[in-house]
Amino acid sequence: MQNLQARLTPQNLRTIALGAVSLVLYVLLFANEQTVLRLSIDGGWGFLVPIAIAFVFSFVHGAFTGGFWDMLGLKAKTRKEPKRWNK
Amino acid sequence: MEQVSQFIALDPTGLVGLFLVGFVGGMVSGFIGSGGAFVLTPAMMTMGVPGIVAVASNMCHKFPKAMVGAYKRAKYGQVDVKLGLIMGVSAEAGVLIGAHLQEVIKTSFGDAGSNLYVSVVFVVTLAIVGTFVLRDAIRQYRMGPAGQEEKVGRLAQWVRSIHIPYTMVYFKSIDARVSFLITIPMGFATGLLAATIAVGGFVGVPSMMYVLGVPSLMASATELVIAFVMGLGGTIKFAIGGFVDIRLAMIILAGSLFGIQIGAIGTTYVKPYMIKLVMGLIMVTVLFSRLFVIPVYMSKLGMGIALEDGTIEVLRTVSFWIMVFALVMGAVVILKALWSGMREDKELQPA
Repeated sequence: MQNLQARLTPQNLRTIALGAVSLVLYVLLFANEQTVLRLSIDGGWGFLVPIAIAFVFSFVHGAFTGGFWDMLGLKAKTRKEPKRWNK
Repeated sequence: MEQVSQFIALDPTGLVGLFLVGFVGGMVSGFIGSGGAFVLTPAMMTMGVPGIVAVASNMCHKFPKAMVGAYKRAKYGQVDVKLGLIMGVSAEAGVLIGAHLQEVIKTSFGDAGSNLYVSVVFVVTLAIVGTFVLRDAIRQYRMGPAGQEEKVGRLAQWVRSIHIPYTMVYFKSIDARVSFLITIPMGFATGLLAATIAVGGFVGVPSMMYVLGVPSLMASATELVIAFVMGLGGTIKFAIGGFVDIRLAMIILAGSLFGIQIGAIGTTYVKPYMIKLVMGLIMVTVLFSRLFVIPVYMSKLGMGIALEDGTIEVLRTVSFWIMVFALVMGAVVILKALWSGMREDKELQPA
């Protein structure tokens, strides 16, 4: 339990929240798929619909996936030179 | 509400498949800057998606993917935004001309003619560039620790020595000034290839590495900026025609954004030759995939070969699975490199 609490850092909470928002976005998209598809072929400004969706999804889902691997311990190597621990 | 005509009803197996291909493709794109999406178009077409919708939807997942990847790798200081934007805009011109060329070939020689053209360009480009990149990776690997320092090649040194007044631009990735008259044809070729075989990075990344002398880490990261610019332009063009199936694009994006993060993280652990190795391996393997379908198209065009339907089916299947193999192999090499890189890194840290 303590371990779990230690893991719920603000960063991880943010990732979980982003994951939830991302999931909601996907559910909404598929629940309204016919409407969205119709809008995207209607002509006029309709072509902006898929592009806007792509941008919104990439921001939310991209931020989530970034945090997701971080949460699991898969982090990028920092560019700093390793300290000389022996001295 | 009835189904909108050009967009198919989606089944769960297809969705899971696209998610997974997206994931693996994303990993490769995050690592080498591009080349993770070439399996998607044929995969979608197998599901019954019309060709143009498959291309359009693939394109529509590429630009947000490239954007997320570029942002991630910019955080590691690997992106030369100025170079990416300049090449991206010239690539856009290449895409337009390339697409037009495709249309002309299609009207003159039909579908088989256009497919044969694409396959031949695939094989010739990948044979030349792929072999070169792979040889360079092996040479660098054999040099051991000395090979970890990337040296500026003779061609790049010569290019940097050219001074054309009023056209010189400073690029931080090479800490030198190069004329944009040199980068424009590079971008243009990238776009032309992207419009033809859907993977412009197979020319974009090697040209940055060998013509300008950009380190491979930065070249593959900067390619993501080019891919974003090209992808956005292409998507707008297809979206105006009403060909983007946003559901397909977003499912692939769901998987590929998980993958692209791993690919990007991977670049921070590996030695520079690994990027060239993965790129070269994928290029050479994909080349074989296309070799198998060339007789199919030649037979359809009546160019001296006559194949039976059964044989055509076998060749097509073999070709498709070689492509899948290329992607999976790339992903396995990346994961292995990431794994051993992380382990080495941990050993360097105190307990």
